[in-house]
Amino acid sequence: MIEHRRFGNLLPHLVLLAGVVVVAFPVYLAIIASTHDNSVIANGQMPLYPGSHALETYWHTIVSGTQKTTRQPVGGMMVSSFIMAVGIAVGKIAISIISAYAIVFFSFPFRMTAFWIIFVTLMLPVEVRIYPTYKIASDLHMLDSYSGLILPLIASATATLLFRQFFMTVPKELVEASKIDGAGPIRFFFDTLLPLSVTNIAALFVILFIYGWNQYLWPLLITTRDDMQTIVIGIKKIIDVHDALTEWSVAMATAVLAMLPPVAVVVLMQRLFVKGLIETEK
Amino acid sequence: MANVALRNVRKAYPNGFEAIKGIEFEVDDGRFCVLVGPSGCGKSTLLRMVAGLETVTSGEIDIGGRIVNQIEPADRDIAMVFQNYALYPHMSVYNNMAYGLRNRGMPKDEIDGRVREAARILELAALLDRKPGQLSGGQRQRVAMGRAIVRQPKVFLFDEPLSNLDAKLRIAMRVEIRKLQRRLNTTSIYVTHDQLEAMTLADILVVMNGGQVEQIGNPLDIYQKPATTFVATFIGAPPMNLMPMRYASLGLPDGTDGVIGVRPEDLEVANDGAAEGSIAFELTVAAIEHVGAETYVYGMRPQQGDADTISAKPGEPPPGEILVRVPGQEAPAIGEKIRVLAPRQKLHVFVDGGRKRIEL
Repeated sequence: MIEHRRFGNLLPHLVLLAGVVVVAFPVYLAIIASTHDNSVIANGQMPLYPGSHALETYWHTIVSGTQKTTRQPVGGMMVSSFIMAVGIAVGKIAISIISAYAIVFFSFPFRMTAFWIIFVTLMLPVEVRIYPTYKIASDLHMLDSYSGLILPLIASATATLLFRQFFMTVPKELVEASKIDGAGPIRFFFDTLLPLSVTNIAALFVILFIYGWNQYLWPLLITTRDDMQTIVIGIKKIIDVHDALTEWSVAMATAVLAMLPPVAVVVLMQRLFVKGLIETEK
Repeated sequence: MANVALRNVRKAYPNGFEAIKGIEFEVDDGRFCVLVGPSGCGKSTLLRMVAGLETVTSGEIDIGGRIVNQIEPADRDIAMVFQNYALYPHMSVYNNMAYGLRNRGMPKDEIDGRVREAARILELAALLDRKPGQLSGGQRQRVAMGRAIVRQPKVFLFDEPLSNLDAKLRIAMRVEIRKLQRRLNTTSIYVTHDQLEAMTLADILVVMNGGQVEQIGNPLDIYQKPATTFVATFIGAPPMNLMPMRYASLGLPDGTDGVIGVRPEDLEVANDGAAEGSIAFELTVAAIEHVGAETYVYGMRPQQGDADTISAKPGEPPPGEILVRVPGQEAPAIGEKIRVLAPRQKLHVFVDGGRKRIEL
């Protein structure tokens, strides 16, 4: 649909701009707050222009930790968060692509039963099964470890479902051509199916990375060690201080830092991400 | 190089449906065999059984003196060209052709030599770095052929390879496939539903219907002497006219209950007197089709009567209708009454409900 109206686009643009302002303003405020001295914010007079303490605040936040409390520096938290988010994303993709491969391309007894069991777990997110999952993690001595952070979260019905739907669009002649070309199941998986799934994998990676990065409840339960804290928990702890003023500039700097990796992932993988979601022709 | 033999091959599905009901034929080394039949007749299933993509319920498939029933497709020494080409979308043309050879652990320079040779034969040399998505339909088709020929297999299997191409390209590729097969002299089995493709390509034509072979033979023999009414109407375009027997007194024993057939191209419009040894009948012209070099005249026979005893299948003219091919562009007017002659030696007579041909 192509329309040529000189002012016809004005209203949609205004609406979009209003939306952008609503979304972007809190982010702007967080960035501004992270550049001012604590006392400025504590006064209750939050300025709307950048302050002069940016370098200092970020140095304290990332590297040295804060002065008034014994918090870990955020740099370490980002490393923990990053390991967890990548672990969850990669683990989920690996497990679900393999299960979808089995379900779509092999016929074995109870194949559909297996599929429906996986499907049903859609209704059981971590929050619902948190006690048994915690019990298992603790029995397996996975508390305070990265495997404890990652493994219980990587079983994914959504991703399995997505790969299954994609695999079912792969023409069966491609499988047959591979068979005639002497490629067994493993070869077919790595030589043909995996390269064809790249855009899907990228799209899923973006979504799952953000899912993993934003985890709060599970890391809170599993880790008590200070050096394994994730950044999302870190923010909460920085805000919740007893017997002292909250260091709002540090809290805001942490929030800004917490936003960066997901933004970076989205920006870097944007092209593949969009392609993976809209591409239909294989 | 090898011959292919099918011995009493059957295929039944677990739900009891019998797709292939005992098929038996042999293709000699270097010959081009075409399986032709309407959709659902089992021709593709049969080809896929030869390829090893479908299991064989009973009977034997023999490629080059080796029973291959239990052998994996990759080890049968066959190459297959699929209807949708089944090219690997993420691989270049070069890699599409080289993939099967690499999986067999062939040395790199031999692969390179074979791929470049195939590309030269198929005029793909300039396209080797492209992806299938960047090629036209005809080029993809050639890549699929290339993937088959680099293997230098004992047998080529083609599953309706031209049906995704437009009409003009289809004819060009048909000629190319035939030339290529002659040049490589590789035994080939080719499945199609297009009788013209079947006629022009085949050394041996296998006409199939309902999971069974209707007739096997050289295409011209089949055209001249179809064994059943099914073959008579399936091979040849436009299809043969079929009429109940009583229209001809052909010197057959009385009480012979059958069907008489005559091809549209064998009928002649002649308004003056019957020639010796011909049968003649009156038609009322119902429709005219001009195709340029010739004209098709659809005429209705005046008496319907037992004409209705022959049922019309899809692609067959309705009972009582006779199609006459007239050369050139001159045609009678619609509604006009004409008289047509059919020479006796051009008549086909079938008995036993159209299952058996008898010679006059």
